[in-house]
Amino acid sequence: MKRLLILGAGTAGTMMANHLRPKLSVTDWEIVMVDQEETHYYQPGFLFLPFDIYTPEQVKKPIKSPLPRVVTLIQATIDKVVPESNEVWLQNGDHLHYDILIIATGTQIAPDEVEGMMGEGWQKDVFDFYTYEGSLALRDKLRTWNGGKLVVHISEMPIKCPVAPLEFAFLADSFFHHKGMRDHVEITFVTPLEGAFTKPKATEALNYLLEEKGVHIVGDFNIEHVDNEKRVIVDYAGKEVPYDLLVTVPPNMGSDMVERSGIGDEMNFIPTNKATLQSKVKENIFALGDATNLPASKAGSVAHFEAEILTENIMLFIEGQPLKESFDGHANCFIETGHNKALLIDFNYTQEPVEGVFPLPGVGPLSLLKESRVNHLGKMAFRWVYWHMLLKGRPIPFVSANMKEAGKILETIE
Amino acid sequence: MELVLAGNQIQLNDQGYLTDFSQWTKEVGEAIAQQEGIALTDAHWKVIHYLQDQHKQDIPLSIRKIGKSNVVSIKEFYDLFPTGPLKISSKIAGIPKPASCI
Ligand SMILES: Cc1cc2nc3c(=O)[nH]c(=O)nc-3n(C[C@H](O)[C@H](O)[C@H](O)COP(=O)(O)OP(=O)(O)OC[C@H]3O[C@@H](n4cnc5c(N)ncnc54)[C@H](O)[C@@H]3O)c2cc1C
Repeated sequence: MKRLLILGAGTAGTMMANHLRPKLSVTDWEIVMVDQEETHYYQPGFLFLPFDIYTPEQVKKPIKSPLPRVVTLIQATIDKVVPESNEVWLQNGDHLHYDILIIATGTQIAPDEVEGMMGEGWQKDVFDFYTYEGSLALRDKLRTWNGGKLVVHISEMPIKCPVAPLEFAFLADSFFHHKGMRDHVEITFVTPLEGAFTKPKATEALNYLLEEKGVHIVGDFNIEHVDNEKRVIVDYAGKEVPYDLLVTVPPNMGSDMVERSGIGDEMNFIPTNKATLQSKVKENIFALGDATNLPASKAGSVAHFEAEILTENIMLFIEGQPLKESFDGHANCFIETGHNKALLIDFNYTQEPVEGVFPLPGVGPLSLLKESRVNHLGKMAFRWVYWHMLLKGRPIPFVSANMKEAGKILETIE
Repeated sequence: MELVLAGNQIQLNDQGYLTDFSQWTKEVGEAIAQQEGIALTDAHWKVIHYLQDQHKQDIPLSIRKIGKSNVVSIKEFYDLFPTGPLKISSKIAGIPKPASCI
């Protein structure tokens, strides 16, 4: 019996198990997964928890529930991968042999990378919303906060779901508006990028929206430290931005186990072939989702497109065939803009986010790069789609792994 | 935009970044640095070569990653290329402006 071992039973690991189980003969291949958690979190929901739009129950399920029946899930912390002997060591002392390894350990926040971020103010007036705990603590804070200077901040790129902080700023505008206290809140969006997003086309649309919603933007800001006493964030060039409430996205790094294994880059991401998803560590090690160093967005939708392609390549690998170089970096995400509206962007390694409609050329119904109520409903429906279709590895209706170009106004990135 | 820099015919995009890395030479780098008001020292070159090396391997760049690379600390990186270290150093190195995140 051969063993396919999947590290991480989050979005990407779960999708791989669901794709591969029906394809691999039960008598020849055992699928084993390792994750330290008991709960599968719907991370996109962490954006809505702080504003009491979702309840905690809506963003979590037992980690086993979306998995296929015939897999073994080991609940343990991974110590390290030992590629030389095709083994994974667990912190409980067990050693697991594998024939094929899939790394899907995602990315986590590293607030301790920024001096003062986890100082006295942590979870008092300095919050993150990229973890379940952080997002809940922020909800409690927002329920009673009287207003002042709200700073929504990105420490550095890359981060998972690069638009989530922007959405947070938009939702905050909407939230305080509805509470009748928008006048008492000054919202500033602070980013290491020049503007709201990395791709010029989307930045234009998003900068405009920020302005329209009265959100100030401070760009080119690379944080050096948080001064808890003065309540300012300071960047390497000496620039300061004062806050009463700081909502920050700390640096995102790959799992510690990658560092312990000595197989990652400086940020603990796994060097991976961007078209085949085979790791550069060893030929029987593959990686997908947030754990890779690909120049693509770190998002659930990207993991979904990658999973389809990686499944095909694992089957080819088993048959001894050459791998397909077919991943194009396809990403599409809804951007919640508050007041029950959202926009949708769709892009890949070479194409900019585009204007047009999605997924049917000329028909839509979701409009790309334009605020609409239908997009908002799409974002809300995403939770259902996530649990019932995405994790199960079912194709999303009309959406293919490679980007479609019909119906869109395209601009190629140099 | 086409330009003659250090005697070489090179293509730049509208933000002043080389559109074709193969057109880069040491002299082109020096000419761009001069326009940015930077006199290149060995410490600058160390960073530039590191960036080019990463670029050739298709590895996305970020300030913190560079800070952890043992090539320069983030503070030194700011000292070498004041205003916008990653943007200016990439321009001099002849590689595309880092998209950083996508
Ligand atoms: C606030 C927020 C909003 C988002 N919004 C969207 C959105 O609108 N659309 C979208 O597409 N994406 C969104 N995302 C991103 C999306 O959630 C992630 O990209 C996706 O979950 C990545 O899947 P993954 O499997 O790579 O990582 P994860 O789902 O994070 O799974 C990694 C797993 O590995 C386990 N693990 C790690 N290290 C170890 C170890 N040493 N031992 C044992 N187990 C370990 C973890 O416990 C975890 O279960 C959002 C994310 C956040 C935080």
